[in-house]
Formats: sequence, structure tokens, C-alpha cells
Amino acid sequence: MGVKVNREKCCYCGACVAVCPKNCIGLDEVRIEIDNSKCIDCLACIRMCPVGALGKIEKK
Amino acid sequence: MEEYGVIIIGAGPAGLSAAAKLAERKINALVLDRKQEIGCPKRCAEGLGLGWFRRLGLKPSKEWAVMPIYGAALYSPLGKSVVLKAKKVAGYVLERKMFEKALAIDAVKKGAKIRLKSNVKSARRENGNVVIDVNELGEIKQYSAPLIIACDGIDSRIARMLGLDTTNKLPDVDSGFQYELTGIDGYDEKLLHLYFGNEISPRGYCWIFPKRRGTANVGIGIAGYAEKTAKYYLDKFIASHPNLSKGSIIEVNSGGIPVGGFLEKMHSDNLLIAGDAAHQVDPIHGGGIGISMEAGALAAEVASEAVAKNDFSEKFLGKYTQKWYALRGNQLKKRLKGRHLLEKLSDADFEYLADSITADDVLKIASGDLDKKAKFILFAKKLVKRPGLVKIMMKYL
Ligand SMILES: Cc1cc2nc3c(=O)[nH]c(=O)nc-3n(C[C@H](O)[C@H](O)[C@H](O)COP(=O)(O)OP(=O)(O)OC[C@H]3O[C@@H](n4cnc5c(N)ncnc54)[C@H](O)[C@@H]3O)c2cc1C
Ligand code: SF4
Ligand code: SF4
Repeated sequence: MGVKVNREKCCYCGACVAVCPKNCIGLDEVRIEIDNSKCIDCLACIRMCPVGALGKIEKK
Repeated sequence: MEEYGVIIIGAGPAGLSAAAKLAERKINALVLDRKQEIGCPKRCAEGLGLGWFRRLGLKPSKEWAVMPIYGAALYSPLGKSVVLKAKKVAGYVLERKMFEKALAIDAVKKGAKIRLKSNVKSARRENGNVVIDVNELGEIKQYSAPLIIACDGIDSRIARMLGLDTTNKLPDVDSGFQYELTGIDGYDEKLLHLYFGNEISPRGYCWIFPKRRGTANVGIGIAGYAEKTAKYYLDKFIASHPNLSKGSIIEVNSGGIPVGGFLEKMHSDNLLIAGDAAHQVDPIHGGGIGISMEAGALAAEVASEAVAKNDFSEKFLGKYTQKWYALRGNQLKKRLKGRHLLEKLSDADFEYLADSITADDVLKIASGDLDKKAKFILFAKKLVKRPGLVKIMMKYL
């Protein structure tokens, strides 16, 4: 599963980076990169995001 | 590969303050930041109390100390207010973009080097040094230094790359969102305005920090675990204040605030951590500009001793963590409890407090001068009808 970002909403603040226990998220100045291979679906980043730019990738 | 005496990662208040102090001591210091403009975008309401000007030796300049502030007004959910106003200036709202540029210019004048659009992608220890891979305007470069000062803000990935877990736990971070609004009015521009209540801002507050005539930072910080987003609450707050909703947005700011306490260990071999990266923020109001600058300067002090002794071991660098707790951390730790108070108060409690507590009482409590007994007498007298609330206040203040 994992998480995905809505780039139009994201304000590239890094708050999600700070709470990810698996270090999946990195901020490249104006763009976050998510490495879902390490994601444990804890949803901390989704809760944390001040603008609601992150969402779960639902199983197909 | 370029080699430096000390490499600082992050050109925020922590990093720039460390750079100036290292340069003053003639240490070959390089500051790297992934941004393309120092101080931009801001993730901050830009308030700085006068005490910090004194402690940091800063003189307010018209260029960046744009609004003198004389106190604060605290509002209950129904809008009752307690006003704390002094005759003299109590602090300033800054234009952080200009402030940080001034800090950068000062550091460079003293001899530091700064490079922007330099994203540190990885860091590893190699033969007693740290080697970092940096993407600098699309080009991959390598730098090395025996000591890194990680001032990389809330992301705090540099320390994690070097083996120290600096992840923030969700209950320990506030989720922040803010608009810089212009064309607004209806509030005293000499005061900071703070709005409390569980419906308004769970575990936090909404704020208006006046910046210029008719212009202010209007923002919110809420518990990181709150179900709805900070933006949701802020939009609701603004919509319910016609004097604000008529304004226009000239900046959108988002950010996390590490309010839940400090790293136990802010160092390891070849590494010091300062500022938001070390969770060095006031747990009650979330202010971190002054604290991170002070910590950056302290890190630089220990770094220069390490350079003089050529000792970059975890054992030696432990001095920094120790000194920081003695200087600031132990005092801030006491304030951690105050944050939990906001979690415990109901909206009815806020109303009752606004009715019974005066500005004088708030100042007395905030001064930290009251001992347990004096506090109890004050609360018991003021909150006669709510013994339960007295208990909560005693536990968390
Ligand atoms: C909404 C909000 C309101 C706030 N209001 C106030 C306030 O009114 N008063 C106050 O005192 N404090 C306030 N704060 C807190 C304050 O902004 C921070 O505590 C302060 O900025 C911390 O400074 P710093 O130098 O540690 O980090 P930052 O200012 O975040 O600087 C870190 C720098 O590191 C860079 N960086 C990160 N990773 C890398 C990398 N891998 N490579 C290169 N560069 C990197 C970033 O680009 C950034 O420039 C607020 C915070 C928020 C979110
Ligand atoms: S917390 Fe939200 S707004 Fe901030 S960088 Fe992450 S996805 Fe973007
Ligand atoms: S869900 Fe948890 S593990 Fe996955 S990216 Fe978000 S914070 Fe990291």
C-alpha cells in the first residue's frame, strides 16, 4: 500500500518527513519524494500534514 | 572533494548563528542549504521576545524588526479576553526573510561561506571524517569535514543518516498552518492575539501576529494527531471573523513544530545537532527562533574546542548536550507540562478561567516565581467554584 502526495496541495514544509518512523519521505526543496517500499502504513504522515496533501494508496 | 573545518547543514537561524560564531573563531566553516532563497518560504509567525534580543546581542533593525509588540491578548472560545499589555516594547514581529539574510551577511562578513540550492542527499563516516553527497544545482558534489553541525530543521534527516534517531512522535509535534493576510483590521496592532478552545484549535491556539498596518500573520498550531487538518481549523476561524475574511492572502505558510521535548542526545561521533532538528522549541508557545540561535552558537563554541583539541569523539562532543541542558533545556523541560494543560481543559474551563483569572495572575504564573503553595493559594482563591480545575492547574502548571 503506502502513501501518495497531491502535489498541488503540498506546501513542501517537511512536517511529514519529521514524523515518518521509517524515513520514507524526503523533501527536495519543493517536492517530497516517498519511498513506499519501506512504508509500514502507520499513517503518521497523513495525520501530521497541515493541509491534507497526503493520502493512502488503496489496494487495487 | 572539498574539505572544511566544520560543515553546517541548514541556513536557518540555528545554522547561520553557528556559522557566524565559527567564523569569528577563524574556523573554516561552510553552510549548505537546499533552498534557493535564504529565509524563504518562512515557516513561522515571526514573533521574537525582547529577552532574546538581549541574550543574543541583537539590535532591532527597521529592515527586519518590522512591528514592535507591547503584549498579548488571550481569548476564550466565546471571545472573552485577558489582555497583558506593557508600556514598553516587549518584542517584535520580524520579516524573517530579511532577518535571515542579515544573519547570513553577518556570517559571511566574519568569514563563513554559504551555498544554496545545495541539497545534502547522504552522509557517512569515513576515516574519522564525514563525507556528504550534495546535489548542487543539479551537479553532484562531495564535501568532507571532521564535524557536521546538523541545523536542518524539523526534517532532521542528517542526524538520521548518521545513525541517530531524531524522528518526532506524532503527539510531540504540532501541525502549523498560516496565511499572511493583508487588508484586515479590527484588532489592536500593538498586541499578539491568541485564541484558545477545543473547537477553535485542539491543544493549541489560533494567532494574529500584526506585521504592518493592516497586515498580519494569521495562523494556527494544533496537535499533530488531530483528525482534521490545521488548514481546516484555520479556514473556519477566519471565516468566523469578518474583519479577517475580507482580507487577501499574500503568503501561505505550512510547517510542523516539535513541541514535545528535546532529544536526549544532541551529538554523536562527528556530529552536533541544533535548532528544530534537535527539537529545541519552547513546548508551550512553539517559539524556536531565539532558542535555535542560542543553541547554534553553543554548538559552535563546543565545535571550536573540538577543532582545537582535534577530538570529534562522541565523548568529547557530549559537552554540547550537557551544556545545552544546563543553559536552556532543563528550564524548558519544566514547561513541557504546561503544554499538556491545553489538552486537559474543556471549552467551559477556558470560559471560567477568562472570567476569574486576571492579566496580573497570568504574569505571575508565567514568571515561574511562584512556588507550589503560592500557586495553590492563587488557584484556590480564584477558582473557588471549580475544585477539579484547581487540581488540573496544579498538576500541569
Ligand atoms: C507555523 C509556525 C509558526 C512559528 N512561529 C514562530 C514564532 O512566531 N516565533 C518563533 O520564535 N518561532 C516560531 N516557529 C518556530 C521557528 O520557525 C523554528 O523553531 C525555527 O525556524 C528553527 O530554526 P532552525 O534553524 O532550527 O530551522 P529552519 O529555520 O527550519 O532551517 C533549516 C534549514 O535547513 C535546510 N535543510 C534541511 N534539510 C536539508 C538538506 N538535506 N540539505 C540542505 N539543506 C537542508 C532547510 O532548507 C532550512 O533552510 C514557528 C514554526 C511554525 C511551523
Ligand atoms: S506535511 Fe504535507 S504539506 Fe508538508 S511537505 Fe508533507 S505533504 Fe507537503
Ligand atoms: S505511513 Fe508511516 S511509514 Fe508510511 S510514509 Fe507515512 S509516516 Fe512513513
